[in-house]
Amino acid sequence: MLNVAEVIAQAERSIAAAQDLSVLDKVRISLLGKKGVLTALLKQLGALPPAERPAAGKAINDAKEAVTEAMAKRQAVLYQQHLARSLETERIDVTLPGRGQRPGGLHPVTRTLQRIESLLTQIGFEVVEGPEIESDYYNFETLNIPPEHPARAMHDTFYFDEHTVLRTHTSPVQIRVMEARKPPLRIIAPGRVYRRDSDLTHTPMFHQVEGLMVDVDVSFAHLKGILQDLMRNFFEQDDLRLRFRPSYFPFTEPSAEVDIQCVMCRGSGCRVCGQGGWLEVLGCGMVHPRVFEHAGIDNEAYTGFAFGLGVERLAMLRYGVSDLRMFFENDTRFLMQFR
Amino acid sequence: MRVSEAWLREWVNPPVATAGLAERLTLAGLEVESVDPVAKEFRGVVAAEIEALHPHPTLAHLRVCAVSHGEHTPAVVVCGATNIRTGMRVPLARMGTHLPGGEIIERASFDEVISEGMLCSANELGLAETGEGILELPLTLPVGADVWEALALADQVFEVALTPNRGDCLGVAGLAREIGVLYGCPMHGPAPHRVQPGIDEVWPLTIAAPEACPHYSGRVVRGIDPRAGTPLWMRERLRRSGLRSISSVVDVTNFVMLELGQPMHAFDLEKLQEAIVVRFSRPGERLALLDGQTLDLDADTLVIADARRPVALAGIMGGVETAVTAATRAVFLESAFFTPASVAGKARRYHLQTDSSHRFERGVAFDLQVRAIERASELLVAICGGQPGPVVDRLYAEHLPQRQVIKLRASRIARVLGTEIAAAEVETILTRLGVRMSGGDSVWDCVPPSFRFDLAIEADLIEEVARIRGYETILGQPPRQLMSMRGRSEAQIDLGRIRQVLVERGYQEAITYSFVDPAVQARLTPDLEPVALANPIASDMAVMRTSLWPGLLQALKYNQNRQCDRVRLFESGLIFVRGQGGVDQRPMLGGVLWGFQNPEQWAEPKRGADFFDLKGDVEALLALRGDTPAGLSYQPTEHPALHPYHASRVHKGNQSLGIFGALHPGLAAALGLEQPVFLFELELNLLTQGSVPRFSPISKLPMVRRDISLLVDRGVAAAELIRCVAETAPNGLKDFQLFDLYQGEGIDPKKKSIALGLIFQGTSSTLIDSEVDQTVERVLKRLQERFKVTLRS
Repeated sequence: MLNVAEVIAQAERSIAAAQDLSVLDKVRISLLGKKGVLTALLKQLGALPPAERPAAGKAINDAKEAVTEAMAKRQAVLYQQHLARSLETERIDVTLPGRGQRPGGLHPVTRTLQRIESLLTQIGFEVVEGPEIESDYYNFETLNIPPEHPARAMHDTFYFDEHTVLRTHTSPVQIRVMEARKPPLRIIAPGRVYRRDSDLTHTPMFHQVEGLMVDVDVSFAHLKGILQDLMRNFFEQDDLRLRFRPSYFPFTEPSAEVDIQCVMCRGSGCRVCGQGGWLEVLGCGMVHPRVFEHAGIDNEAYTGFAFGLGVERLAMLRYGVSDLRMFFENDTRFLMQFR
Repeated sequence: MRVSEAWLREWVNPPVATAGLAERLTLAGLEVESVDPVAKEFRGVVAAEIEALHPHPTLAHLRVCAVSHGEHTPAVVVCGATNIRTGMRVPLARMGTHLPGGEIIERASFDEVISEGMLCSANELGLAETGEGILELPLTLPVGADVWEALALADQVFEVALTPNRGDCLGVAGLAREIGVLYGCPMHGPAPHRVQPGIDEVWPLTIAAPEACPHYSGRVVRGIDPRAGTPLWMRERLRRSGLRSISSVVDVTNFVMLELGQPMHAFDLEKLQEAIVVRFSRPGERLALLDGQTLDLDADTLVIADARRPVALAGIMGGVETAVTAATRAVFLESAFFTPASVAGKARRYHLQTDSSHRFERGVAFDLQVRAIERASELLVAICGGQPGPVVDRLYAEHLPQRQVIKLRASRIARVLGTEIAAAEVETILTRLGVRMSGGDSVWDCVPPSFRFDLAIEADLIEEVARIRGYETILGQPPRQLMSMRGRSEAQIDLGRIRQVLVERGYQEAITYSFVDPAVQARLTPDLEPVALANPIASDMAVMRTSLWPGLLQALKYNQNRQCDRVRLFESGLIFVRGQGGVDQRPMLGGVLWGFQNPEQWAEPKRGADFFDLKGDVEALLALRGDTPAGLSYQPTEHPALHPYHASRVHKGNQSLGIFGALHPGLAAALGLEQPVFLFELELNLLTQGSVPRFSPISKLPMVRRDISLLVDRGVAAAELIRCVAETAPNGLKDFQLFDLYQGEGIDPKKKSIALGLIFQGTSSTLIDSEVDQTVERVLKRLQERFKVTLRS
């Protein structure tokens, strides 16, 4: 009497025929709604003889379950289709550039300084600073450069008055630190220095990093060890060769100038190293006993080394900058290359 | 110092090629900066003799020469030089010769006279800077000899960059000594030679300032031939050392200086009055120098004087009145030791850096004077003839530099160098360097030689040992240290972090000069008198900056002139401000902002940066400090460089952290800058003072928000309203936002509308609406009382 199978078959056909969610919902209402076919069948149960009711009830419930399940499956399929279509309408061009501010960058000299500082602070060197307007006393006299010393001619000093200069090197910071603290000392002093010189390879202001180590047993061999370590790590060349040449600084004895193997041509000779294969990058030596005396440090109890390196030179070599003067023109087309 | 390799090798000849010798010197601290050939190569130039000389038949300025040149027939050469004469030995460039200047000698016709070669000047052979007629070759050169070979032009010049401590190497003899030590080679230089006096004339000589001149040797030489030219070999030596030939007498003194390192001077004896006195100058004295200038002498200037007047600036330059000339037949030769202190600084003060002052400043051996004067006499007599008188030698031994005994300990050598060096090696090195040593094994007494002014303490000797041995023999090793940490404040903010904030906000770091244009700076900070350099390198770099803005604005202009459409730069560095206790050197962080707020992009409208973009950057920087919202106050301010109504100073309590605002439009126009330009400058010492974060419990209770929209006079500052709200509301007010500002159409033109979002949250129990409403009522009432606000519906 109740052709449940027929109802199911018809329902499945309608469900499968539904092509979108709204049609499927109508099908659901037509089957399971208050006036739906299956609801109507249930209502007819009461008209059946009591003995038939359980079986018929079960058959209808089974049908209802089957239809609900078919519905859910179809709904999932249709939802996926619907989602896919609606997502497609949201299509964008992901190759368009992103929105907002673009980061700037640090000056190449700062980058270089930070790199040197990070390498040396790893092994316990502390960064300290000093004044740029400096007394003649700290810039020269305590560094064993008395007034008429020929070494003063090498410095091309900017003066304010007889006793006041723009520091010509970062070395005065050594003295200030030695006066203020007791050994052991391990410091670096980065900063601006000034010399009255301006041409293709000189700017009247440039940067140095001073290094100082004072302890009971600091030797020239240690100085060599640390500078080798520094240069190799700075340039990330484990086999970089260094050459220590005897030189003269009034505040160190023995003194040395340090050449590194040219990082451009690896020592075979090129324009950058003037075909020589070597590049002079820093000056160094063992702290001169008279400098210790000025600073009140006992020469018999302590030894120490000091070095001073030119930051622009290292920056030029590291980043391949060919013209020193670009560092202070502040052309954004130059600066933006160092993000 | 420039020195010819051939000359050096005459003195000492180690078995090593040119490049090896140069490198060894460099590694011994005598840096050979360059090695250059002494002449550009030429071939095919021979010594020739002018046999006959005729005027050119038609061309008046030319002559036709027949020159023998070692072939069967003489060559016919047309020549325009005026100094040629029959019998003269000259260089003949034969046909096909390539001269150093690039010229190729070919058969040439001069109005039908064929010239089969060219007679050459020194200049044409690349042996002189200027042309001065045909080069006269010595008659000792055989006709037909190859000139390149005969003049030994296959030679190199070493340019040695000597450090100021090595005055002893400012002569061939000194450099040769050093090479001898490095290679363990014997020295061969000309042996010291005494020239026997031919006359007994002695010129009166007094040293009145023995402390400045403890040793002076002088000698009269009479009867010299002023026409005797300097021989070519000597001219070549001088040329290869970078000196011009001047006259035979002067050339001889210069030659001895180059050879032995002893500067010398020759006076024209006929022009000296009565005596030579070495003394300090007297008030008002003047001296006309060889170089043409006349000096007013300072009181402490050491001079050589005769009975009447100064005749030379001791150790620096001679006077013109007593100078040797082409007519000089009698000279007084001077070979003196002036102490470094008496010369040092004087040359610079008078702007007279000479070869002589350069050597005396660094120290000339104080026992070299007699040897040098003998050498000069020997050469002078050989070249110009003449009769020398006896050498007068005045010596004040008590004023000579002292050579103290220096104690040298083997243990100290090892400790300073970090490597053990055998005692025997130490002794060998130092002894060869001229150091007298006694004692031994582990401690020596050392006396440095007269020519070394740089050996005074133990460390100096240690350096010598390391230097001669070679620094490469000391192996680098890492130091071993006790490990301990340094305290480090967590509240201290790294400059690196501060920079990073700006970098992320699109700023590029700049580094500008610390000295700036005084005119520009005076417009930016007229109230601050800058610190001025006594010797600036340029007038627009003459004063120290009192602000970072002059440099940043200059950088901005540089970029505006190069088609930039937006610039954001910052810099950190010192400014220099006069204060009571001298100059305050203060670290600052400054920035400049101009152009579009964002790089041009498709997704955002183009918008010029404005004051609040600037303020956002400043706030982001200050946020690192971790102040409470009410901790910092921003107040309108006035600054000569800034727009009067777009300028603000930020304070913490009474302390100013910095200033920011728009560059004054009038100033921007005057500086030629495109507008608007925004600037900030903050005190770096305060910017880096942060705080250690402190946890406060997070309420789990729900938040309630009430938005109120207020109408208020335009003159009322938003910060005042906010402070009033914060003070009036109890703890329940957790946060607020100023989320809208409107002024314009639809509201009273004197008013502005400000919308505040107040966010409430209970701390122990959930707030109920009536509590919140009461609080808002109270806030509004207070605002009405203080600022006459009205609530916008």
